[in-house]
Amino acid sequence: MIEPIASVLLVAGAALALLAAIGLQRFEDVFARMHAATKPATLGLILVLSGAGLMLPIPGAVAKLVLVILLQFITAPIAAHLVGRAAFRTGKELSPETFVDEGAEYINTHPRLIEE
Amino acid sequence: MIQIAALIALGLLAVAALLCLIRMIRGPGIANRIVALDTLLLMVVSGLALQAAITGEDTYLDVMVVAALLAFTGTSMVANFIERRRP
Repeated sequence: MIEPIASVLLVAGAALALLAAIGLQRFEDVFARMHAATKPATLGLILVLSGAGLMLPIPGAVAKLVLVILLQFITAPIAAHLVGRAAFRTGKELSPETFVDEGAEYINTHPRLIEE
Repeated sequence: MIQIAALIALGLLAVAALLCLIRMIRGPGIANRIVALDTLLLMVVSGLALQAAITGEDTYLDVMVVAALLAFTGTSMVANFIERRRP
């Protein structure tokens, strides 16, 4: 019974990773691409790791898989935030089709950009 | 059954990694590339998990932990690098 469940989890996770990659191709600018890349890829990773955890008979294996999932959960938002902030501060990554830019004042008044 | 499922999943992951690679080559700009690289490393970790599930070996799991950590370190370092350049 475990094997079909694991198979479904593995294929579903890989399909989500493919969705993330398609989003990476189709979206307009860095921020939209980041949105596509981080969330489905993380969920896909969790599904694949759960499937692998079901298939591995070794006792310590599940602990390491949970460690990878936890690492991903903690670090993915931080990394996405860092890249998003850095890309926004360069000021030229926004798609020309953007029509609400709430950070526009902030980027001009930020001390780090003024001192340069 | 698990072998067939793992093969299908590996194929899907390969297409996904190829798309990420195309985005990494085409850019434009360093931010796009680092996002693509981060996603690519996620797919590498998924592929290692698949390999571990097929073979039943647990050596791959340590490699997965290291790859996940390296993805985060690399991404945050490059983000720092982008931010310190002149706008």
